[in-house]
Amino acid sequence: MLTIEGIDAGYGATTILQGVSLEVKAGEVVTIVGANGAGKSTTLRTIAGLITPTAGRISFEGQDITRTAAHEVVDLGITLIPEGRQLFPDMTVRENLLMGAYRKAARAAQAETLEEVLQLFPRVRERMNQQASSLSGGEQQMVAIARGMMARPKLLMFDEPSLGLAPIIVSQVFEVIGKIAATGTTVLIVEQNVFSTLKASDRGYVLENGEIALSGAAEALLRDDHVRQAYLGI
Amino acid sequence: MNIFLQLVANGLMLGGLFAIISIGLTLIFGIVKVVNFAHGEFLMAGMYLTWIITVGLGLHPYVTVLAVAPFLFVLGAMTQRFLIQPLLLARDDHVQIFATVGLSTALINLALLIFGADIANTPASGLRAPVQIGPVRILEGQVYIFIAAVLLVIGLQLFLSRTQTGRAIRAVAQNRAAAQLMGINVDRIYVLSFGIGAACVGLAASLVAPLYPVSSTIGTYFVLTAFVVVVLGGLGSIVGAFVGAMIIGLIDSMAGFYIGSDLREAVVFGVFLVILILKPSGLFGTRVSLSHIS
Ligand SMILES: Nc1ncnc2c1ncn2[C@@H]1O[C@H](COP(=O)(O)OP(=O)(O)O)[C@@H](O)[C@H]1O
Ligand SMILES: [Mg+2]
Repeated sequence: MLTIEGIDAGYGATTILQGVSLEVKAGEVVTIVGANGAGKSTTLRTIAGLITPTAGRISFEGQDITRTAAHEVVDLGITLIPEGRQLFPDMTVRENLLMGAYRKAARAAQAETLEEVLQLFPRVRERMNQQASSLSGGEQQMVAIARGMMARPKLLMFDEPSLGLAPIIVSQVFEVIGKIAATGTTVLIVEQNVFSTLKASDRGYVLENGEIALSGAAEALLRDDHVRQAYLGI
Repeated sequence: MNIFLQLVANGLMLGGLFAIISIGLTLIFGIVKVVNFAHGEFLMAGMYLTWIITVGLGLHPYVTVLAVAPFLFVLGAMTQRFLIQPLLLARDDHVQIFATVGLSTALINLALLIFGADIANTPASGLRAPVQIGPVRILEGQVYIFIAAVLLVIGLQLFLSRTQTGRAIRAVAQNRAAAQLMGINVDRIYVLSFGIGAACVGLAASLVAPLYPVSSTIGTYFVLTAFVVVVLGGLGSIVGAFVGAMIIGLIDSMAGFYIGSDLREAVVFGVFLVILILKPSGLFGTRVSLSHIS
């Protein structure tokens, strides 16, 4: 579904990713594991079109999207739920969700999608007319996920969805991601809870200093000595 | 008492004038985050166009808004697309300041070249006639400007809150990267917003032209007050600009009478500085990051 071949990418003159290749197949849950600053967010932003790679190639469902602008990537069925939620603070929850369905195809199905999404987030339904900035961190994360789903993506990317949340909320977030994956949506996820995420994933990549150091089936990575030492603290 | 009421009426009318000139400026700043130093010259261009059409075709000055607002929309949109947008890549905000200052100077010189140094009087069409409202007398044209300013504020609020495009504009103003992730073409929203902001000053131009003679420097005359109003109201806040304009209008009117017309400007700027010291984000600016459109 998504194929990345040898991309270099970064910010201005600074190259962060060096020759990164990875693949996500339809229906899979794939995780990228790596230390702080390894380039995980940069990878997701590059796929989303916010950063244009300086080398290599990205394709989605056979179509070259290496240089496709972020707003057009959304049309193809790729949505990124960014690190730090990034809601529109002075808009209501409802308005935030409607922005998720901004593109034409999603807008046509807006009402149905909203109903489906709210089934998954009863708490969000209660908050529909509140300003996004007035919600708690956990609620904001739920709105961010719900907003991402409003685009009806084929590939949904999560960047640190549990960052800064209380443990009980973290387990709710994981539950929701599990449900999304169960509906057949393909998931690419970056998470600090490496163990839980690998448990819930089919495959994983280990990113170190902007390069893929290791990849494989999630169970294999869970058993790998290097992964256990460096990321699971075992 | 009657004098006081007359001063209040004068202040509100002046406020309406300041408001209608300032709204486009605050809109552009709030969304595109660019201070358009050519805003006054946009007004000047609109007033010249109003004058040309009114004199040339013998139309009522208000009718010209049908041409002036679209003309300014295009001028604003082109400014964003061909001047500001290429400079965004420069990643240095100062370059944009110089660019709009340069545009301002270029437009003034262009006006001098085309129209010379003389002032041009748009026919008043009865708009300079005083009307008696209760105990106060104001100019008919001032009343229309005030009403237009109120309607513009309401209209923009409805547009920004009720339409998909309006919400997209607010989304871009509040979080540019997140807006891109929603599939919003941010560059296009910027061009559109600059155009709308400029069209607002086009509306102002057609309304102001019958009351004030236009010259190449008219923009400089008005725009300083517009900047005061916009900063006072909270950069980017439309309602704030309206309220700020009323405050400045009232102070201007009162100070002119009670303190002396020579000191009017000194008092206006004095109050402005005091408010800024007490509340640096302006009356309606909720955050200094200016991410907010209300
Ligand atoms: N906007 C930016 N501008 C410049 N450098 C950045 C920016 N964002 C991240 N970086 C740098 O890129 C590197 C990788 O960051 P990131 O992809 O966010 O890592 P991760 O998500 O794995 O923690 C870090 O060294 C970081 O400092
Ligand atoms: Mg990150």
